Amino acid sequence: MATISIGLFSSLIGSMNSDFAVKLAETAVNKGHSVNLWFSGNAVTLARKGQKSFKDYSYLAERLKALQENGVAIVACEACAAARGIHKDDVIEGIAVHSMDWYVARAAKSDRVLHIGGE
Amino acid sequence: MAKSILFVISRPPYKSENPKLAITHAMACFVADMHIDEEVEPVVAFVGDGVLNCIKNQRSQEFYGIISTEQHIKNQLASDMRMLVCKEDLYRLDIKPERLINARDMGADIDLNVVGFNEVQKEMERCDQMMWF
Repeated sequence: MATISIGLFSSLIGSMNSDFAVKLAETAVNKGHSVNLWFSGNAVTLARKGQKSFKDYSYLAERLKALQENGVAIVACEACAAARGIHKDDVIEGIAVHSMDWYVARAAKSDRVLHIGGE
Repeated sequence: MAKSILFVISRPPYKSENPKLAITHAMACFVADMHIDEEVEPVVAFVGDGVLNCIKNQRSQEFYGIISTEQHIKNQLASDMRMLVCKEDLYRLDIKPERLINARDMGADIDLNVVGFNEVQKEMERCDQMMWF
């Protein structure tokens, strides 16, 4: 089975890119692939804890938790998060925060890299 | 043998965060070997409206209070990072080569490399991974 790295650059709210990226990760995991999910730029908002579920906004916290339980490495960009006032204590438990070198290293070793979104 | 990643930048500067994210991700390749047993070689290609990132004398500090994309590009040239600029897109936007950034004042040995899109395509085929920004 393959290793897939998904770089997401869209915010949680405002487009369906984040929903698509999570769906893609779920599908890949269900097919037995290994997945890295990297949040950069506005995508770091997905990592913020305390999100509330409304019927008319994307809500992905529970699905991210399920991905983690299925072995997906979910990591937010440290600089992108800090620039937006999101610090390690603000991040959902289990989501790591690393600098970009972590991601490019993982991507370099992956079989496929997919970038989704970006404002 | 090093792994290679091609960072393709297709958006203009300041309008979007993506070009700067591409450049900072590319720069991070220089220390990626802290995590894996291989070096990671970055190559950057500016295509489409992304070639607008390569125009010199950007005044982002004056107007936005942030470091310019120009300064990031100069830092990368001074670090010997290969950076390609699509010739056809420069022509489309009537950007002459003399308007492009260089980092000779920082002692860089290389300049932005203006190439045809066919050369960018060859780089897409050569590199192990491609990241589109």
